[in-house]
Amino acid sequence: MSGTIRVLAAAAAIVLWPATALAHLVTTGLGPFYDGVSHFALTPEDFLPAIALALLAGQRGSRAGRLALFALPSAWLAGGLVGLALPTIHTATLVTTLSFLALGGLVAAEARLRPEWVTALAVVVGLLHGYLNGAAMAQAKLGTLGLAGIVSTLFVAVALAAAMVVAIRAPWGRVAVRVAGSWIVAIGLLLLGWSLRAA
Amino acid sequence: MTRGPLAVLTVLATLWPSLAFAHTEQGRAAGLLAGLQHPVSGLDHVLAMVSVGLWGAQLGAPAVWLLPVTFPMVMAFGGMLGLIGVPLPGVEVGVALSGVLLGLAVLAEWRPAVWAAAPIVGFFAIFHGHAHATELPAGASGLLYSVGFVVATGTLHVVGIGIGVIHRWGWGRVALRATGGLVAAAAAFFLWRAFA
Repeated sequence: MSGTIRVLAAAAAIVLWPATALAHLVTTGLGPFYDGVSHFALTPEDFLPAIALALLAGQRGSRAGRLALFALPSAWLAGGLVGLALPTIHTATLVTTLSFLALGGLVAAEARLRPEWVTALAVVVGLLHGYLNGAAMAQAKLGTLGLAGIVSTLFVAVALAAAMVVAIRAPWGRVAVRVAGSWIVAIGLLLLGWSLRAA
Repeated sequence: MTRGPLAVLTVLATLWPSLAFAHTEQGRAAGLLAGLQHPVSGLDHVLAMVSVGLWGAQLGAPAVWLLPVTFPMVMAFGGMLGLIGVPLPGVEVGVALSGVLLGLAVLAEWRPAVWAAAPIVGFFAIFHGHAHATELPAGASGLLYSVGFVVATGTLHVVGIGIGVIHRWGWGRVALRATGGLVAAAAAFFLWRAFA
């Protein structure tokens, strides 16, 4: 076997050999903080409810937006710390499905909730999803740094989405937000279908 | 050993991405892409979805926003029925019929009350959801497939509404009605095929 063929065979072996399997969470290679950032951004189970809540808060005005901006990440962090300490439940499709349906439905209906109710909703959603994130972080050994990455990204996402909706004045813009809510409900209904099918 | 093969080896080994992501992240991108692709891969579905937007644009407010808000939810309800195994007879006929009726509504510039238009569109949305939402490729993520499916379908509505903007001009109204006729004719072909 000539040297060239040996080298090409070695190249083929490297190319075709799969990399080590990375279980559970996306690993960026940049450390736990950025793994948390990427986890939130790439996980619709967490990302969509957070965005839906931000849209809802934006629909209810700047006060609701400001309250949700601090309530949601704070509750998410608190729930996450509990999840890190007591990681007994790792997945809860029911929580995700209900979040999609309830929050998306409220956005689609442009529900006239008082800012205090939006804040209470943010606390509940934050605690539940934060707990699940914390449990996942504990399993993946990302710890508090991973959770910090998630909460930081959540803060930025909520700030951007809520502020964008508060600033909308054009009627079609308000309609677009409601359409986004209906899409989230639709995804939640399909997720419910997938869950029931798997059960 | 020559420099050429060594260079090839080095470049391949350096640039080749990681391949395997086990467990929960597996199949997510494939699911999203399949979901995005599926609604635009079937002409019967495309015609009906765009027609929803065209008709909404003809009807004006509040139908122009009510239809795109209600349609995805009812369609997803139909998809959920399909996923949990609730049978729906004549799905392909229903999908094709929706294109025919929506095309005729655009052709005739039919203007029913919103309370009548929304249930008509919603009724057919159940067939579209039942027919298409369950066609997940093996190993792909159901959630990401659903995200892609809903986004692509909603985008088709937006395309229809965008085209429907020409309704504000005289020539545009004629062109829009002609488009409705074309949609109805094409959907009639699918209807004939569904019966064949």
